[in-house]
Amino acid sequence: MSSLDDGLNKDLDKIVASARDAIATATDLAALEQVRVQLLGKKGEVTALLKALGKLPAAERPAAGVEINRAKTALQKEITTRKAQLLKTDLDSRIQSAALDVTLPGRHTDIGALHPITRVLNRIEDFFLGVGYDLVEGPEIEDDYHNFEALNLPAHHPARAMHDTFYVNPEILLRTHTSPVQVRVMEKRQPPLRIICPGRAYRVDPPDPSHAPMFHQVEGLFIDQDISFADLKGTVIEFLRVFFEQDDLQVRFRPSYFPFTEPSAEVDVVCVHCFGDGGGCRVCNHTGWVEVMGSGMVHPRVLEYADIDAEKYTGFAFGMGADRLAMLRYGVDDLRHFLDNDLRFLQQFQ
Amino acid sequence: MKFSEAWLREFVNPDLSTGDLAEQLTMAGLEVNSLEPVAAVLRNLVVGEILRVMPHPDADRLVVCQVTDGKEELQVVCGAPNARAGIKVPLALVGASLSNLKVKKTRLRGVESCGMLCSEKELGISDDHEGLMELPLDAPVGADLVDHLALSDAMIDLDLTPNRGDCLSLIGLARETGLINSLDVKQAEITAVPATIKDTFPVKLVAGSACPRFVGRVLRGLDSDAKSPLWLKEKLRRSDIRSINPVVDVTNFVMLELGQPLHAYDLTRLEDKIIVRHAKAGEKLKLLDGQEAALDDGTLLITDASGAIGIAGVMGGLSTGVTAETKDIFLESAFFAPRAIVGKARFYNLNSDAAHRFERGVDWQGQGRAVERATQILIQIAGGEPGPTVETCDKSALPGIASLRLRLARINQLLGVEIEADSVAEILNRLGFDAVRSSNEKDSDEQLSWQVEVPSHRFDISIETDLIEEISRVFGYNNLPARTPVAPLQMSPIPEATSLSAASSKQALNQVRDQLVSRGYFEAMTYSFVDASLQGLLDPDPEPVSLANPLSTEMSVMRTTIWTGLLKSLRYNINRQQSRIRLFETGLCFYRKPNQAELKHADITQVQKLAALACGSRQAEGWCNDTNAIDFYDMKGDLESILALSGDEFEFVVARHPALHPGQSAEIRKAGATVGCVGLLDPGLQQQFDIRYPTFLFEINLDSVLGRRLPQSAPISRFPEVRRDCAVIVARTVTAAQLRAVIQTVTDETLINLKLFDVYQGKGIDPTSKSVALGLTFQHSSRTLRDEEVSSSVARILACLKQELDADIRN
Repeated sequence: MSSLDDGLNKDLDKIVASARDAIATATDLAALEQVRVQLLGKKGEVTALLKALGKLPAAERPAAGVEINRAKTALQKEITTRKAQLLKTDLDSRIQSAALDVTLPGRHTDIGALHPITRVLNRIEDFFLGVGYDLVEGPEIEDDYHNFEALNLPAHHPARAMHDTFYVNPEILLRTHTSPVQVRVMEKRQPPLRIICPGRAYRVDPPDPSHAPMFHQVEGLFIDQDISFADLKGTVIEFLRVFFEQDDLQVRFRPSYFPFTEPSAEVDVVCVHCFGDGGGCRVCNHTGWVEVMGSGMVHPRVLEYADIDAEKYTGFAFGMGADRLAMLRYGVDDLRHFLDNDLRFLQQFQ
Repeated sequence: MKFSEAWLREFVNPDLSTGDLAEQLTMAGLEVNSLEPVAAVLRNLVVGEILRVMPHPDADRLVVCQVTDGKEELQVVCGAPNARAGIKVPLALVGASLSNLKVKKTRLRGVESCGMLCSEKELGISDDHEGLMELPLDAPVGADLVDHLALSDAMIDLDLTPNRGDCLSLIGLARETGLINSLDVKQAEITAVPATIKDTFPVKLVAGSACPRFVGRVLRGLDSDAKSPLWLKEKLRRSDIRSINPVVDVTNFVMLELGQPLHAYDLTRLEDKIIVRHAKAGEKLKLLDGQEAALDDGTLLITDASGAIGIAGVMGGLSTGVTAETKDIFLESAFFAPRAIVGKARFYNLNSDAAHRFERGVDWQGQGRAVERATQILIQIAGGEPGPTVETCDKSALPGIASLRLRLARINQLLGVEIEADSVAEILNRLGFDAVRSSNEKDSDEQLSWQVEVPSHRFDISIETDLIEEISRVFGYNNLPARTPVAPLQMSPIPEATSLSAASSKQALNQVRDQLVSRGYFEAMTYSFVDASLQGLLDPDPEPVSLANPLSTEMSVMRTTIWTGLLKSLRYNINRQQSRIRLFETGLCFYRKPNQAELKHADITQVQKLAALACGSRQAEGWCNDTNAIDFYDMKGDLESILALSGDEFEFVVARHPALHPGQSAEIRKAGATVGCVGLLDPGLQQQFDIRYPTFLFEINLDSVLGRRLPQSAPISRFPEVRRDCAVIVARTVTAAQLRAVIQTVTDETLINLKLFDVYQGKGIDPTSKSVALGLTFQHSSRTLRDEEVSSSVARILACLKQELDADIRN
């Protein structure tokens, strides 16, 4: 080894040693870049050594070149590693500083709610539309003919006393049930008929926990050949069981009287609050049963009014109280809640 | 119909508890409304007799009675004014329990008292606390009081349906109870009472089938001092009928027992003869209850030479009614046809047990028997001499026995069941219907039928289906099968685009509701009838449909706008400390042809509407929420989010509305027609309605927002978009709609989007002007637009804005 060679090696070692130190202690990307320029830039120390190679004797140049390049590569690698480290640290700290309290509520979260009676009506409609019934609506201000007469309730019929009616004049009234929609449908269409008619109905009943002058009914009508009371029972029981989601819900049919159906039945379900245990509860008036609808086989005279052959076609009809069903379904204990529109009540249906 | 259980059990006595009997009646279609015991729970009470009464040494109001319970003599201190020797009274022995106390041996003002003498109130029988209850003088001393008075009885109140007039009597209820339990029913013990005098009173019927039968009888020399016996008073009391005097009590008793209403006239006050006829115009009658009725000419009357003396089947007149002094009477037991009586009590606003029965149908064969029954009891109580029973009858006008054909196949078709012929025959027999099986023995079940005669007490049975109902009722609804109907699986069309079918518009309606709910609105339901004056403030123009018989003035007219109800609900909530409120409602509003004297149904239109209101902060209070008060554009935005669902074009036009702030209201138009409006509640009305916060409202015809488009896909341009922004200064009065309209006149299809992204008024701008920033996006469908093309489009737009609206470019 010549002296020059020794000198070069000594310089190289010194440069590498201090460079390693500088790389390791560079605390940010800018400082690291500065170190890189100092070493490997155009005027850098290692670059200078490479430039000085020409001054060495030709025989020593290759070996010296290899040494310098090896050192250069090593330093470059260390700078790259350090740079990746610093980038990672930088990213980590940026991520850390962006941390939020994710438990704070989000922006603009408030939603409203459908009215519980709409919920119940939607539910009822979905079930019946799903098995092929059509949805039909009718006027709420009705005439005497559609509300009463065509339903076999002629003027002064004692059963009219069961319908305390709001009148506009002797011929025009607020419908006391949704049954007139049946009549309007039968005027236009021939059987087979499968319809439901939801809507408001009105009776002169001052508001109290179980009465309201305005309430909601869903009328159903099914007319075809060979439709029997068994079909009525099956349909009503099935509906009530799916409505309340209770496969073994007890349902009973009680003989009753509506001039537009015969035989007629009131339908009771076992009280879904107390199941009749312990002498019943307020909801079922301590009877264990709650009346939810009137029903029956369409009266032949009603069919005759609509020019439907009552020998060929038979059918059933029912009218259920949506308000009552909503009370039972959601545990509402006072009908008046439905019409007060108290936000604290409505919010319970979000 | 209220009746005593014990009375029913005199006729038929099934082995059932009171509760089970009630349940059975309910399930047979005679719904039990309530059950109550006729007296309090009583123990250790007997029939006592007062032997002697002495004054109390130390109290003026008390007396000391020596009483016997049949075994021993007891000393009882008593304060009743009617305490006297010889009467029989309820005696509560030491240890007895009464409705609300236990009887103990005690001293009253220093005198020992071993027991207590009771009033009716103390027994829980009535509210009578005037004095001791006086028992009949023949009551056996020492007998258990509860047994003696039959106090372990219940009053059963039935909610009878109008078809079951035949059950408005004890024999009717007994018949029904016997039917359900397959038990024989004891008949009422009625024997004809022979006449002892010859007196009669003439009756003439001129109303045809309205009154085809009138049975009358004269009774003379009744003891006007006679009192109704306890058993009679108790039976009436337990049926909710007040005891008045023996004559009236007996007529009521017979009505309850047999279902035939009777009327008793004071014979001395009847003139000439009775004529049953229809009223003539202008006739008047002073009724038993004292009120004077102006008679309608359809009304069936009982008249004599003096004129009207009763509304047939409803109520008698005052002038001929029996009084405390009446000794001679004329009994009326008539058959009035239901259609002649129906509605009359209601028309004259009378409460009448007789009319209640006649309008539902009274057995047209039962008049004579009722007279005999009444005579029999009345003579027992008040003595007197009966004249002969006289029937005046137009047989041809009587209803007659209906004979109906009942087909086995029809029963099974209607009920969906296979009932055997023998079971049907058995049920008909239990019902007491005479049935003759079709004569051809070889008839298959398919052809089998009966000819059924309907008893005269069943007014509700006139067609075959009525019989089938009876069969099904007796068979038991809950014994009939249930099945779900079988029908071909048919898919119903579900139109995707606009449709008027209720089902598909329901789907669209649900979208609208869900949209509002997701924007924070609660669905409300308010009454369809509202306060006329409040509605008049909001919507003064349309003449509303008024109710003839509203519940109150606050519910007197049909709504023409949903706002009336919603604002009431708003105030309700504000009064309960709510400050941020959003409500919506859908439903019908009602309009009529104005100034129509004779309103017809066709003169009324019923329109589905959607309305909403909002007040309070933009967003609910929250750490990062915008809690500024909402403004017009919040409400309009909510509305536009619904309009956007429909894919139809809507236009907002400046318009005045009586309920809205003149500077913050707009009319909504679709295809040129007004379909709704939106705006701020007029500040004056806000005060009048006593609403604390500024409130924004909209209302729109529901149909106009339920249209839906069938989407049609179009190619998407592959070429770049170019966006140019510019701001123009225009007069403040220039509207966004105007700017848009002007721009549209000078652009072609390359302007694919026009945004109005900023409006500025204030510093640097003339106070009468505003700066509007426009974002114009251009794109060509088949090539890249050149810069100069875009620039020239923008220049054209700006030139036109300058020319039309005097718009200057803002630098």
